[in-house]
Amino acid sequence: MAEINMVQAVNLALARALEDDPSVVVLGEDVGINGGVFRATEGLYNRFGQDRILDTPLAEALIAGMSVGMAAAGLRPVSEIQFMGFIYPTIDQLECHASRLRNRTRGRLSCPMVIRAPYGGGVHAPEHHSESREAMLAHIPGLRVVIPSSPSRAYGLLLAAIRDPDPVVFLEPKKLYRANAEHVEDDGIALPMDTGFVLREGDDVSLVTWGAMVQESFAAAATLSTRGIEAEIIDVSTLNPFDPEQVLASVEKTGRCVIIHEAVRTGGFGSEIGATIAEHGLMSLLAPVKRVTAPDTVVPLAKLESCFMPGADSIVQAATDLMAYS
Amino acid sequence: MVSREPELEIPFHRFIDEVGQVVQKLPGFATDPQNLVPLYRAMMLTRVFDERAVGLQRTGRLGTYASSLGQEAVGVGVAAAMRDQDVLLPSFREQGAMLWRGVSMKELLLYWGGDERGSDFTKARSDFPICIPVGTQFSHAAGVAFALKQQGVDAAAVAVAGDGATSKGDFYEAMNITGAWRLPVVFVINNNQWAISVSRTKQTAARSLAQKSVAAGILGLQVDGNDVVAVKQTVSEALERARHSCVATVVEAVTYRLTDHTTADDASRYRSDEEVSKHWQYEPVRRLRQFMENNHAWSSADEEALQKQVASEVETAIQAYLDSDAPAAGSMFDYLYKNPPKSLANQRDHIVTRAADDG
Ligand SMILES: Cc1ncc(C[n+]2csc(CCOP(=O)(O)OP(=O)(O)O)c2C)c(N)n1
Ligand SMILES: [Mg+2]
Repeated sequence: MAEINMVQAVNLALARALEDDPSVVVLGEDVGINGGVFRATEGLYNRFGQDRILDTPLAEALIAGMSVGMAAAGLRPVSEIQFMGFIYPTIDQLECHASRLRNRTRGRLSCPMVIRAPYGGGVHAPEHHSESREAMLAHIPGLRVVIPSSPSRAYGLLLAAIRDPDPVVFLEPKKLYRANAEHVEDDGIALPMDTGFVLREGDDVSLVTWGAMVQESFAAAATLSTRGIEAEIIDVSTLNPFDPEQVLASVEKTGRCVIIHEAVRTGGFGSEIGATIAEHGLMSLLAPVKRVTAPDTVVPLAKLESCFMPGADSIVQAATDLMAYS
Repeated sequence: MVSREPELEIPFHRFIDEVGQVVQKLPGFATDPQNLVPLYRAMMLTRVFDERAVGLQRTGRLGTYASSLGQEAVGVGVAAAMRDQDVLLPSFREQGAMLWRGVSMKELLLYWGGDERGSDFTKARSDFPICIPVGTQFSHAAGVAFALKQQGVDAAAVAVAGDGATSKGDFYEAMNITGAWRLPVVFVINNNQWAISVSRTKQTAARSLAQKSVAAGILGLQVDGNDVVAVKQTVSEALERARHSCVATVVEAVTYRLTDHTTADDASRYRSDEEVSKHWQYEPVRRLRQFMENNHAWSSADEEALQKQVASEVETAIQAYLDSDAPAAGSMFDYLYKNPPKSLANQRDHIVTRAADDG
């Protein structure tokens, strides 16, 4: 099979889920005949029909609220919010209902639903199309927040999300949508959502990250390696529930940690990881924990976007600074 | 037996039909066809501007852009009906209205080219910036209207959004309060029949979008959105009602999107060429020219002169845009708060240094 990019991998997972489970439905704006504005649902309308691939009216709160109803009544809705910038009206439903219907009814009703949304910057998109607000969602107990960083992880994690008995927000870094292609086996095998992925092993410094910053971390690791510094890269992947053990084990080995996220600094998910290390991994640290993040301001429009986005340069700098401690 | 709802009577306004014939007694301002020249000129400017903006996007000199091809009479007609002190709250497809209000072409290009200075309008200082999250400006309009009313300003708020936007709760919520609190608002629905790939008929089973006003206790009507005279007249009357009696109106301007949703879209994936070609016969620019020609108010020499003038105006603006200096990296912090917090100073320094290192 040919190599596929991340959008195609999302498409492949959706098709597999629709094929395997008749209760799966796909809904959202322009997901039907148009195949989604990024083409993530391309071909599904013709293949699975208008009763399962549903073009909704333009109403995000409705998409989320209807998903709650559909899920509680036996379907597995997988909805698309066209851009994360338009996800905010869904937070009402996610916070007040989706994340707690199981708890409220002591397990009588539940919400096996997925909300997918492209997120993040780096593609010179218009206003409101480049934010990374994953921490806002990861703050909601009962909700899973999952972010893939490669085509194969997009495939496996999306299948896991769709099969999960509870609500999942699945954020797709659009900078990676077409960034690279790889062979993805359509084997229907899900990847775990209760831990992250160690993508590169190294003894000197842990780079803990997710989403589009995984790519930047690899670029940084390559540069660091030429200087004799070997970085370990952890793709956290599932922010909530977060697996502290994986990060702590890495930090125990390296003694140094740089946390990298595209989201703004204050209240970013990096704070949670940093606090976890402070609580449980302090004794293994040789150097302070460092964060490489976007600054605490509104994502600028395209002209200044690259100044705003953290990149390999800053990661190399941070890791190098940490190497001064020994 | 289930009885059927009586049909809602939603008035439909048109003065000039698609072949430039008058179908109803013209409003005062239009009786002298010379008065229509500025409207014609503004529609032409909008059309040429859109065309050139799409070209800039195609050649990598502008970001994603939403053309208003075929819908020029809506923006121009709405803005021409407004007074300076009224407040416009536009969507992303209302360059026709914004230009009339005094926003410059260079400012529009800056915005779509990715520079926030494009929203710091030199004129129209009280108008809202372009609203990207669909329909969220409806409730701002209600808030603006409340403020105007409370401060005794003789003015109204005009929100413009698309047919898709009428599916959002924001629309119902805003209409509702303008009825309940009697707020001076005109909601203009620029119904171009499509919300990206979702057609007007798939968007709602309502027979008209204007009738959504009925439940809110405000007025609603349809207007031929390709007849600039009708748009201007209808919105003028709605504004009068808003200012003097605090009665809000939904004006559904029925038009058609003759091109892709934006430069990022490919409309051939979801609608036929036949449908699009059919709608070219109703387009607003040729219609008004036809009317003016029929009334000996416009000649081919006038047309040629105007084309030239508009082209050169747009060219000058594009040049000014292309020549504009890049925004300074630090500016991303400078307008976040009126009183910049101390904690941001380090972050600002870091970004400024990093940008300088990058050259
Ligand atoms: C709340 C929200 N959801 C989705 C989008 C993405 N989007 C941009 S324009 C658009 C369709 C808008 O259709 P309509 O309201 O008819 O306006 P038109 O584009 O036709 O002028 C969509 C879905 C958005 N900008 N805002
Ligand atoms: Mg529309």
